[in-house]
Amino acid sequence: MNARTSRVLQCSAGLVAAGLVLTACGSSDDSSSSGASKSPSFSGRGPITFAAAKDSSGVVQKVIDGWNKQHPKEKVTFVQLPSDVNQQRQQMIQNAETKSDAYTVLSLDAVWTSEFAAHQWIDQLPAAQFPLDKMLKPVVETTKYRDNLYAVPQSSDGGMLYYRSDLLKKAGVSAAPTTWAEMRAACAKVEKLPEAKGMSCYAGQFQKYEGLTVNFSEAVNSAGGVVTDAGGKPDVDTPAAKKGLDFLVDSFKDGTIPKEAITYQEEEGRQAFQSGKLIFLRNWPYVYSLAEKSEVAGKFAVAPLPGLTGAGSSTLGGHNVALSSFAKNKATALDFIKYFTNHDSATTFLKEGSAAPPYADLYDDQTLAKQYPYLPVLKKSILNAVPRPRVVQYGDVSSAIQQEAYAALNGDKSSTQALKDLQDALQKLSAQ
Amino acid sequence: MATRTPPETAADRPPGPASGRAGRPPAPEKARRGRKSATAGTGRMAALLVSPTLLVLTVVVLYPTIMALRESLYGTKGLDPKTGFISDTEPFVGLQNYTDIFGEAGERFWNAFWNTTFFTVVTVGLETVIGVAMALIMHKAFSGRALIRASILIPWAVPTAISGLLWRWIFNSDGIANALIGHQVLWTTEGFHAKVAVIIAEVWKTAPFIGLLVLAGLQVIPKEVYEAARMDGASPPRQFWHITLPLVKPALLVAVLFRCLDALRMFDLPYLLVGAQKSSVETLSMLAQNEASNVRFGPAAAYAVVLFVYVLLIALGFVRLLGADVVGDAGGPGRKKRRWASKRNRVEVSA
Amino acid sequence: MTATVKWRTWLLYLGVAAVVAYCLAPFYWMLVSSLRRTSDIFDTSLLPAPVSFENYRAVFSPSQGFGRALLNSLIVAGTTTVLALLLATFTAYAMARLEFRFKRLILTLIIATSMFPVVSILVPLLKLFTDIGWINTYQAMIVPSMSFVLPLAVWNLTTFFRQMPDELEQAAMIDGCTRGQAFRKIIIPLAAPGIFTTAIIIFIAAWNEFLIALSMTNRPSIQTAPVAISKFAGASQFDTPFGSQMAAGVLVTIPLVIMVLLFQRGIVAGLTAGAAK
Repeated sequence: MNARTSRVLQCSAGLVAAGLVLTACGSSDDSSSSGASKSPSFSGRGPITFAAAKDSSGVVQKVIDGWNKQHPKEKVTFVQLPSDVNQQRQQMIQNAETKSDAYTVLSLDAVWTSEFAAHQWIDQLPAAQFPLDKMLKPVVETTKYRDNLYAVPQSSDGGMLYYRSDLLKKAGVSAAPTTWAEMRAACAKVEKLPEAKGMSCYAGQFQKYEGLTVNFSEAVNSAGGVVTDAGGKPDVDTPAAKKGLDFLVDSFKDGTIPKEAITYQEEEGRQAFQSGKLIFLRNWPYVYSLAEKSEVAGKFAVAPLPGLTGAGSSTLGGHNVALSSFAKNKATALDFIKYFTNHDSATTFLKEGSAAPPYADLYDDQTLAKQYPYLPVLKKSILNAVPRPRVVQYGDVSSAIQQEAYAALNGDKSSTQALKDLQDALQKLSAQ
Repeated sequence: MATRTPPETAADRPPGPASGRAGRPPAPEKARRGRKSATAGTGRMAALLVSPTLLVLTVVVLYPTIMALRESLYGTKGLDPKTGFISDTEPFVGLQNYTDIFGEAGERFWNAFWNTTFFTVVTVGLETVIGVAMALIMHKAFSGRALIRASILIPWAVPTAISGLLWRWIFNSDGIANALIGHQVLWTTEGFHAKVAVIIAEVWKTAPFIGLLVLAGLQVIPKEVYEAARMDGASPPRQFWHITLPLVKPALLVAVLFRCLDALRMFDLPYLLVGAQKSSVETLSMLAQNEASNVRFGPAAAYAVVLFVYVLLIALGFVRLLGADVVGDAGGPGRKKRRWASKRNRVEVSA
Repeated sequence: MTATVKWRTWLLYLGVAAVVAYCLAPFYWMLVSSLRRTSDIFDTSLLPAPVSFENYRAVFSPSQGFGRALLNSLIVAGTTTVLALLLATFTAYAMARLEFRFKRLILTLIIATSMFPVVSILVPLLKLFTDIGWINTYQAMIVPSMSFVLPLAVWNLTTFFRQMPDELEQAAMIDGCTRGQAFRKIIIPLAAPGIFTTAIIIFIAAWNEFLIALSMTNRPSIQTAPVAISKFAGASQFDTPFGSQMAAGVLVTIPLVIMVLLFQRGIVAGLTAGAAK
């Protein structure tokens, strides 16, 4: 019985090996025939579609309308996807798997670029035709796979530290903290105030989901560590990374982070901050305008994320637009991508949809800074930002990070053990 | 209330104008003669009647299922380190996706397997009890029937996606559930409480399903059966146990069977309520979805096939254990037996 | 004697109250949440204060296309219910009344089709429907929905039909009715509660179907209500519009329940009237 099982196993292992050989041959043939490594030709004009989640401001439709007015024969239809990110990705992958031409231009989350490019679901784009040099460098990096351009930045995003400026002032803390130690010290002072009774010091996003990957990476990067090194190799089992993770673990232990923060996603954290339960909150720029309409209006400010010894680094968010490989009318699509990502469109997205622009100069614009007082801080945050690992199997990498970080935060594993296991898991993934 | 007026219950209200009791059977006692013999004519007619259903099922379910079976024999597309592209073709790996379940990838699979089984047993058990209770109360209650029926429909009618969000809200760390119990439980973290949250939400949503089907079953029980039992002086619990239960058994079994099939494929609720990749609540469907979303269609299909086989075995076992006569029993004696159950029970009761 | 009767009545009322409370309490929370302002959506007070219809206005803002989506849902769920009920009645009749070979096998096959996880048949189905040009059509939602409900409908109706005495039918046939007429005039009215309950369950299942409806459509003009709700957007990708989702949940549930109650009156009356002839 056992002998037979093992023979079956051997047999299938042989098949796998054979499969791999075949695969290798097959793919080299493909790349030469499709010529994807060179510049593909963009031919065909006519109506196309743009697939993205709906935006409540309606600014995307407005920008598309602008294009449609100029190009009545090459109209763009806005295909609205579900607001849930995972469902967006699932819809796009389904359409790619069936080689459907339903979506022409795709709005991709910044972390999906490598996966979509490696599967050849999106076309390589001619880098020279886009004003990439005017955009923030870290943002442009998220659009490349193996040094080739596969997408163009539409918007960016970076984490910021929201803090209760009123309480800090009252407690005699003059400036926003730039290190974790300063943040704790500020909390200690604020918590002595009578109006700060029952408040907790800090929270971010620690539920087991993509937000935890973001917060874990930020902690590691802010302590001088890395998740993956410059060459893309995992290097997370280091003293620096441990200091970063320990900041989170210890904060949970000593109550600096309230224990319910383990269930927080962006919205729960925002809620806790707005109802006066938190002194400091790590969150995205979208919170600013919403908090302005809440109980803490006028009582808060933003600063760059703190770190171990100096300013910390944020993780990059944002969206890029790419061209589906299976689409028709690619010439129109390429022109539309240029239009959709140009300076004017980015200005409109910022003004009417409060989307962080990829263009550097917009952050220094005085009138815009009046409308969005957080812009200078956000620029610092994005310029200091570190992209999440740019790997083909991003989903698996992120799952592994969530798995180990969550175990460490819950106290199921020591931070040393968690980082060691994470390093093993990431190495296994990158070996595949 | 008057909205739902099946012939039987019409009997216990003041005689209405539209009462259709003309066709009521005098009693199912007599006339067991004349079973139609299986002729070529009935065979053709049966084929005619059955084929549209089979056609729809073949197109939508059977074809994709076979595709998935095929898919489960293929591995994940490989990455060519030179070009950086994923290959176009999937390697044929034979049964490796299945054997992996017993190897390295197995831990997660078996965890999901036990979660699925646990959820099914507990939720379907609770639903059956609550559902039958609901049906009995609805059947007995004469005033306010419309209200009960409307309210019982609501949990079932709320779209699963919305009810997942609603329950996540209720089980939020600052949500109403914690406010009510006056103690902060972090429901959406790993642990047994996460299972409890899923079970509460699932039972709330689907107990009405059983309730509705059992109520329908109660409504087709001839009133005479009860009257006879009452004359025989049977106590209400005995009436329930010896008359009601055997007579609603077919409807109840079908309801429970289909609840089992759904519960074994449970996906949305734990996914929305607690979240993906939480080992406390991960079910087999979630695992298959997770693999597919990471573009590993082969293993995803293999998990789906294993789940299919598991469900099939449970369904067959269920039918075997709890009464084969739900399965059409090839027309034979089972059916007669059941229809005679009322008579037999009456004898038992009076005895 | 009368005391126990009274006591029993009270117990029954208590039971009714318990059932209603059990079913409605979470729904009440949904209703309350939908009536809060976005800014105090996290409240846990039992009454919304102040009551705000902001979320309902958001649901019906023209950009959401929610009215159209409700109509589409009605078309899809209505057609599915009628067709599936028709096919299931035919099949169930054959299963309950006719003698033929492979009956058990066919019943097993039918139920086996509801054993495969829906997430796993999605991609092959999408491929198929893309090939035959069914994307953005009603049938791309109706046919899968039918196939999801048919197993339950067939099994359920079979048990109900088999509970009906066939001597009545035979008597009618002796009186000169055809087999079809006998079935329609005798069995269907008697099995009305079962048929009606099956119809409710089919309708609700089709009304709430999401995954297929999402994958097979990409135009707002054809999307169903659950798909429209999934596209509700907040101020950013992180901002979940919980209030309007709850409002939409109330809006898709209440009409459904009212409609079922209304139809029930009509259908049951019609069926029993038919039987009286």
